[in-house]
Amino acid sequence: MSGAPEWTAEPFPRQGPYERLCDGLRAYRLITAMWMRSTMAYRASFAMTALGNFAATALDFVAILLMFSQVDRIGGYGLPEVAFLYGVAGTAFGLADLALGSMDRLGRRVRDGTLDTLLVRPAPVLAQVAADRFALRRLGRIVQGLLVLGYALAVLDIQWTPLKVLLVPVMLLSGGVIFSAVFVAGAAFQFVAQDASEVQNSFTYGGSTLLQYPPTVFAKDMVRGVTFVLPLAFVNWLPALYVLGRPYPLDLPAWVAFTPPLVAALCCALAGIAWRAGLRAYRSTGS
Amino acid sequence: MGTARLYASVAAGGFRRYATYRVATAAGVFTNTVFGLILAYIFIALWDTRPHLGGYDQAQALSYVWLSQALLMVVAVMGGGFEDELIERIRTGDIAIDLYRPADLQLWWLAQDMGRALFHLLGRGMVPLAFGALFFDLALPADPLTWLAFLVAVTLGVVVGFSIRFLVALSAFWLLDGVGVSQLTMIAGVFCSGMLLPLNVFPGTLGEVVRALPWSSLIQAPVDVLLGTADPLGTYAFQAAWALVLLTAGRLLQSAATRRVVVQGG
Repeated sequence: MSGAPEWTAEPFPRQGPYERLCDGLRAYRLITAMWMRSTMAYRASFAMTALGNFAATALDFVAILLMFSQVDRIGGYGLPEVAFLYGVAGTAFGLADLALGSMDRLGRRVRDGTLDTLLVRPAPVLAQVAADRFALRRLGRIVQGLLVLGYALAVLDIQWTPLKVLLVPVMLLSGGVIFSAVFVAGAAFQFVAQDASEVQNSFTYGGSTLLQYPPTVFAKDMVRGVTFVLPLAFVNWLPALYVLGRPYPLDLPAWVAFTPPLVAALCCALAGIAWRAGLRAYRSTGS
Repeated sequence: MGTARLYASVAAGGFRRYATYRVATAAGVFTNTVFGLILAYIFIALWDTRPHLGGYDQAQALSYVWLSQALLMVVAVMGGGFEDELIERIRTGDIAIDLYRPADLQLWWLAQDMGRALFHLLGRGMVPLAFGALFFDLALPADPLTWLAFLVAVTLGVVVGFSIRFLVALSAFWLLDGVGVSQLTMIAGVFCSGMLLPLNVFPGTLGEVVRALPWSSLIQAPVDVLLGTADPLGTYAFQAAWALVLLTAGRLLQSAATRRVVVQGG
């Protein structure tokens, strides 16, 4: 590189958390825009993979439909109610998957040493890893989740109040943020484990599968685990059961249904700490 | 005799290759166990509402869950075995080197895939199944002969699974890009193998169709042999027929494809 670019003169100016966040978002936006342009160079291929993504995620709803062709209720819940749970969980997970779905490649980057190239670039590593190979085709999952949610809202007989109406978009967004935090924490774990992206899958894909079914299906200990330990229940179970007017299997006060944004913020903070710890512990393979 | 030893060592190589990834294997075992747990509770809820759904009692349904988690990677329902590598070799043209080798392309990859399957049976199959047997009431047979019959059905399932993926890989000779076909095969594999839900539970004509397709050889057939809900010999005949048809198709496609190979110099 001839003529040192300006940023090398002052490599890492002191920054507050706010500047760092803006920096990260800017880098994320630029990298994702680049990947989108490259995707759109092959529009037919994009359309096909997006459709494939849609079809692959629709399969688990087809499985639910097949189950309901044999039974009227699962865990005491009818099809519209399960569709509501499914739609919220699917959309929230889809949002996180679109934004951060590439993070499970981190283990491979650690193994083959290509993470080092990201470390020397003057942009936050998290933003670079998250935006790497940004795949717009993952919109397929969001569209599928929204369609099922739309169906559920159309057929459900809910006593709507302003609070309940407000809670639906809040649920989707904070659910997306909670899943995003799980993605980041999972990636942080891969700094240490390197070859264990499947562990991350069991919390992300496994978690969203779990949330597609009513909590009454699962053992009490599992419900406790996803409420108090890995708070996935705040993605949809707690707020959705409030909207549906159903009791939560654990004894919790009703206002808990409104805490997802708080829980999402807390998850982000914890995931951020985990990410920094992981990054600090990173030792290059040197290859 | 020489060729048998060649393919045996290729299979051993396939085994060793996957055995190298110990952390990945442990992570996979964890994932299979988590998904097994989630599915087990869903199935309990289903079979509580409709006992004898699909001809299974609840213990059989739960056995189905844990056996399907144990077999998922063995028969490579979602793909992810040799075919990605073969597609890459076709795309880059390295396939020309393979065709020069004094070994048959199809048999070479079949041997390698058998080694991979054996590793996944031991490495990723046994622990989730043991976990399921420990924490749930399963209907696993005590008779070693039934287990032997099951292993035969698993082996045939692996061959059918291989022959499907071999066809997928060869399609790259014409399409150059295997992503679309791989994705379609994955969707078909998950849906039609009985991974999501036992094929016996699929209603009406849909059920009859999925049970007649080759993918039912992968999970549904071996599990039914182990649970004693299917006649082993009939099952073997079904699996072997599909294996024969698909392997022959692969062979024909292979010879058509090799005539198309364009070797780029440089």
